[in-house]
Amino acid sequence: MTDASLTPATTATGTRSHTRDIGLKARYAAERRFRAYGLAAVALGLFFLFLLLGSVIAQGYTAFWQTSIQLDIEFDEEVIDPDGNRDSDRMVLLTANYPLLAQRALHEKLGVDPDDRAARRDANSLLSQGVRTQLRDIVVSDPSIIGTTRTVWVLAHGDIDSAAKGQFDLTVEESRRRVNDRQLGYMQTLEEAGVMEGRFNTGLFTFGASSRPETAGMGVAIIGSFYMMAIVLVLALPIGVAASIYLEEFAPKNRLTDIIEVNINNLAAVPSIVYGLLGLAVFINFAGLPRSAAVVGGLVLTLMTLPTIIIATRAALKAVPPSIRAAALGVGASKMQMVFHHVLPLAAPGILTGTIIGLATALGETAPLLLIGMVAFVADYPATPFDPSTALPVQIYMWSGQAERAFVERTSGAIIILLLFLAVMNITAIILRRRFERRW
Amino acid sequence: MKVDTQQGFADGTATAVAGSNEFPVKMDGKNVNVFYGDKQAIFDVNLEIRERQVTALIGPSGCGKSTYLRCLNRMNDTIESCRVTGLITMDGEDIYDPSIDVVELRARVGMVFQKPNPFPKSIFENVSYGPRIHGLARSKADLEALVEQSLRGAGLWDEVKDRLQEPGTGLSGGQQQRLCIARAIAVSPEVILMDEPCSALDPIATAIVEELIDELRQNYTIAIVTHSMQQAARVSQRTAMFHLGELVEVDDTETMFTNPSEKRTQDYITGRFG
Repeated sequence: MTDASLTPATTATGTRSHTRDIGLKARYAAERRFRAYGLAAVALGLFFLFLLLGSVIAQGYTAFWQTSIQLDIEFDEEVIDPDGNRDSDRMVLLTANYPLLAQRALHEKLGVDPDDRAARRDANSLLSQGVRTQLRDIVVSDPSIIGTTRTVWVLAHGDIDSAAKGQFDLTVEESRRRVNDRQLGYMQTLEEAGVMEGRFNTGLFTFGASSRPETAGMGVAIIGSFYMMAIVLVLALPIGVAASIYLEEFAPKNRLTDIIEVNINNLAAVPSIVYGLLGLAVFINFAGLPRSAAVVGGLVLTLMTLPTIIIATRAALKAVPPSIRAAALGVGASKMQMVFHHVLPLAAPGILTGTIIGLATALGETAPLLLIGMVAFVADYPATPFDPSTALPVQIYMWSGQAERAFVERTSGAIIILLLFLAVMNITAIILRRRFERRW
Repeated sequence: MKVDTQQGFADGTATAVAGSNEFPVKMDGKNVNVFYGDKQAIFDVNLEIRERQVTALIGPSGCGKSTYLRCLNRMNDTIESCRVTGLITMDGEDIYDPSIDVVELRARVGMVFQKPNPFPKSIFENVSYGPRIHGLARSKADLEALVEQSLRGAGLWDEVKDRLQEPGTGLSGGQQQRLCIARAIAVSPEVILMDEPCSALDPIATAIVEELIDELRQNYTIAIVTHSMQQAARVSQRTAMFHLGELVEVDDTETMFTNPSEKRTQDYITGRFG
């Protein structure tokens, strides 16, 4: 009986709740649509990211291999030091005709007729002009090598490198090609003999600027960028954190601090080239610091990074729960002790993340560096931040304007190196964050 | 005017609670007004906190009882727009006098907050922090002894003695609150202010903390803000009733709960409003 009386009651309420339209269908549909938009946006973003990375890597990975030729070079005293006075005059070893040594060894290897000038010229142009420095460095570092024969891997010319990597269209008429048929024949001979191959391109990381792609590298740019990052870190982190702590914890909340806050936020949005103009006017023209120097670049990037660090640090300080401050003050800590014993350690992960992201932005910044003259042809390593140098992104910019085919892959290769540096910095930020993060 | 009524009642009930007037006045507020910007939160409050007693501050939400409590160790100073007028003394000394150092005042008037707020550090560091910054311990052994004594005082020693290096935030809510009490008594304050210390705790933890408050009364002067009538009745010897920023009445707790002189108190205690 009870069952019978209960059943109709439940069905009654059941049907009532069914008939009541509270728009569930539309709400779920809206939610599904929203998810679909989100997924589409993420997919589009990933697509372009892969497109970008894919094209850079596809074009750039070959830059990490450089075609080289193995030669048995006889360091002939007749060529290097015909007068035998290398002990008294150090210029002898520096100015000797080293390319001739490599050319002789190559002619021997290829069996080039010494009287056929055209054949000799074609064979000679397989070699990079860089062999002069390469062999000179070997001899200068160890003069006892003179008179002996050594096996040396010398750099091939940039055009030969491109041809070996299959980057030239060989169907083009010979006279309009940078590599002629005879040279292709030589290349084949050398490859079959196993003395010409692509070797890891350490020069890409160590060489300075050069108009020859095979001897152009990012060495100077890496050192310049390193100097600038060190300057930015040393200046921007303490100044930024100190400014944030003052503004967030100590400054009276009045009109003046409001204006300062608004302006700091505005500074973060100022185009970077304006900072370049500022650096040119203040640091170079007024303060008289050297042009093209990493110190000026570092100072300009510091100014640019400061707002980012201040904003990130203030956000991190704000995120520390007020109960921790109250607890510290409640046991009689002074404001300074409260900040340095409790608030700052808790804000540290956020501050570190903000700083590293600021540094990463500064590392990739190009425009302000162009204005302070860091877009220069610098072949020698800068010994101090006051010497001329370039920076990674500027080096990319300069290579992108070069005509040789081999510079195309080097531009992409340089982008890969820059991205690797950025990735390392961002991963560091994540690891530091994980490490120092505390729960409360 | 209110001081008169209050004293009249204290006299009249002298026999009810074993002579509450024997307890000297520790902290005294005279005509205290508190403003948050243009808004006045407390109106002419005269309230004394007596030594070695628990004074409970009760009243509906927003009545100004927490605000008054926070005046006693000048925690309101940290709120930019807050302004306090009137005279608040501790042992006869004006605590808002420019010659009084607020850091020293807070070392003498400790505070326990509504939500347990241990530092995200070890249990040991939580308790030793106050003594360390005030230089109360001469040696490491001194400090360890002080930490043990404080944790014992808060009734937490047996539960945590084997894990002093573990984070204080890993304790249960009730243990965290007792850790905060240990942290407060570690600097040997004269007065302990408690702002609804049990509102975030379950009944068992509440009972433990209430018992602790009763023990602490032997050595400390305590002022406690509470929303619970029962708690006020259980732990306090004197009760002050606040309403809309005014002190309605203050009296011995027993009198207050059995025979309040004001109708508003009667209505609040019996649950007619609040």
